Amino acid sequence: MLRLVRLAARNLARYWRRTLLTSGLMVLGLVAVLLFVSVSGSFQRLIVGQITDAMLGHLQVHARGYVASIDNLPLNLNMKPDTVAAVERALGETPGVAAWSPRLKFGAMFSNYTETTSIRLNGVLPAREAATVPLLPGRLLERGSAPALLEPGGILVPEILARGMGLAVGDPVVLVATNLDGSVNGKTFTVAGVLGDVTGPGGRDGYVHLDDARALLRLEQPEVSEIAVRLSDPDALAATRARLVRALAGHGAPLEVHTWEGLSPFANIARMIDVLDVFIRVLLVGIVLIAVMNVMIMAVYERIREIGTIAAIGTRPRRILGLFVYEGLLLGLIGAAVGTVVSLILVWLLNLYPVHFTFGRDQALVLAPTLAPVDVLAIAGIVVLVAAAASLQPAWKAARMDPIEALRRV
Amino acid sequence: MPLITAQGLSKTYRTGDIEVQALRGVDFTIEPGAFAAFVGPSGSGKSTVLNLIGCLDKPSAGRLTVLGTDVAALDRAAAAAFRGTHLGFIFQDFNLIPVLTACENIEYPLLMVQDWPEARRRARVTELLEAVGMGPQARKRPDQLSGGQKQRVAVARALATHAQLVIADEPTANLDHATAQRIIALMKRMRDEYGTAFLFSTHDPRIMAAAEAIYALEDGRLVAPTPSVALAHA
Repeated sequence: MLRLVRLAARNLARYWRRTLLTSGLMVLGLVAVLLFVSVSGSFQRLIVGQITDAMLGHLQVHARGYVASIDNLPLNLNMKPDTVAAVERALGETPGVAAWSPRLKFGAMFSNYTETTSIRLNGVLPAREAATVPLLPGRLLERGSAPALLEPGGILVPEILARGMGLAVGDPVVLVATNLDGSVNGKTFTVAGVLGDVTGPGGRDGYVHLDDARALLRLEQPEVSEIAVRLSDPDALAATRARLVRALAGHGAPLEVHTWEGLSPFANIARMIDVLDVFIRVLLVGIVLIAVMNVMIMAVYERIREIGTIAAIGTRPRRILGLFVYEGLLLGLIGAAVGTVVSLILVWLLNLYPVHFTFGRDQALVLAPTLAPVDVLAIAGIVVLVAAAASLQPAWKAARMDPIEALRRV
Repeated sequence: MPLITAQGLSKTYRTGDIEVQALRGVDFTIEPGAFAAFVGPSGSGKSTVLNLIGCLDKPSAGRLTVLGTDVAALDRAAAAAFRGTHLGFIFQDFNLIPVLTACENIEYPLLMVQDWPEARRRARVTELLEAVGMGPQARKRPDQLSGGQKQRVAVARALATHAQLVIADEPTANLDHATAQRIIALMKRMRDEYGTAFLFSTHDPRIMAAAEAIYALEDGRLVAPTPSVALAHA
């Protein structure tokens, strides 16, 4: 084998300009794919991180039908205490669950005594909410001096509302909410902080303490609307969801477990990026296939007499086939090796000189492209394999060549 | 046992609707260690005979035995193996592999065709380089060699595997007079030293003069069967 590889390498060196051009084309294709994969992967991770860690969590558990009616924030579809306890038991027993936070979601009228508007609110336990969506404290554009994220009697107001109504931290406001029985209740709160918006559902909601929410809604028992769940490994989303669904199956109340992908429209953008990723890989396969096949067809055409000679002196067809396949394989290896090195350097440079961008109202997001070894190996492997495959047809033609016809070629 | 036996050897080519009879029932016998030439005008069938003997082509009719093997019965891979084991080839245009040096060209059939171990290979290459007087040019590539030097390397390559028969198609056609004479002398010396038979297809009177048997072909028929050295010198 080594002797064939050596001879193949010499033949590539003989036509070094052509080898350089073909390898260059493969390097270009591979760099384009690896850069796209690293940058799009970084973009996806960043945005998904923003969505899951600042508001949604990775999973959410609701009573059946709640999400379908979530625009109305229906109080009658809240989970009852025994259901909540069962869900919490299941969460505690499910591997991969890092934290969870019960939320009581409701709509209310929001007044600063001169103006009134509507607001969507989450009643939360601040410490558990911060453990489940750890970027929430980072969304605070303004906050009071209290060390806790939110204390009873306080409200975190979305930025758009605070700006529109001229509110600052410490200002008093009134929330008026309709209870489940149709009666109305009001309660005074103090602005404890102003929250920056995040892209996606619930990104412009306000927050109050769970106890305050229950008091405002005059709930007789500690109900919750949803339980947001944080996973220790976000990549194990589907598996963890399946485990949780199985764990909840024994419980009597009908429940739904949604992933962030089912709740956020960004999941479609993420899927689109994945499709683009596949397309660009197919493009790479096309580039390598055409480039290598073209160069190997030329190589066979130009060396017909040489093929005739080695066939005449007894080289077996299998070895002639091997000689040309190794030439294609070596071309692929050169392209893959150089392309990988260039890509790694470019990714390193992109981390050294980071690219900033905005997504929706999220400002100054920083791309931090990385390349997973599995992606590098898979894409470089595609190049090498396709290069070898592309040389098969010309190699087969060379191996099957009639020595007499080949030797006659001028 | 004769080196080659041909009985009623015929070869017909078909080009479109036209049928060309290159050989028409030729009979001949060639003994081991022969230094013989097939001669005749273009289209007489001399290259066809060499292609058949060299297992590069198959007869349309008749029987051809080379070294006791019915070569018409060999399939593609077996024919390649037979050529690699028993035959050597010398071409008009030398046909050295351009990316290999002189010694690597000689080594090629030992390495790529017969898988000889390295030490044995090296010894054989050195022996042949000395035998054909190419020791000082061993590391040169074909494009750094003269025509005569290239043909010396080709002779050494043809002999590398201890071939019992070397088939040489117009080996002096691209050489000047003096070089051609030296190459003919070299091939004859190689025949004498190694006992390898040389079979030529040629127009070259110098080869005809050196040949110990001449087989003259015309329109695919042997017109001077089993001629002698005297005929060649006539």
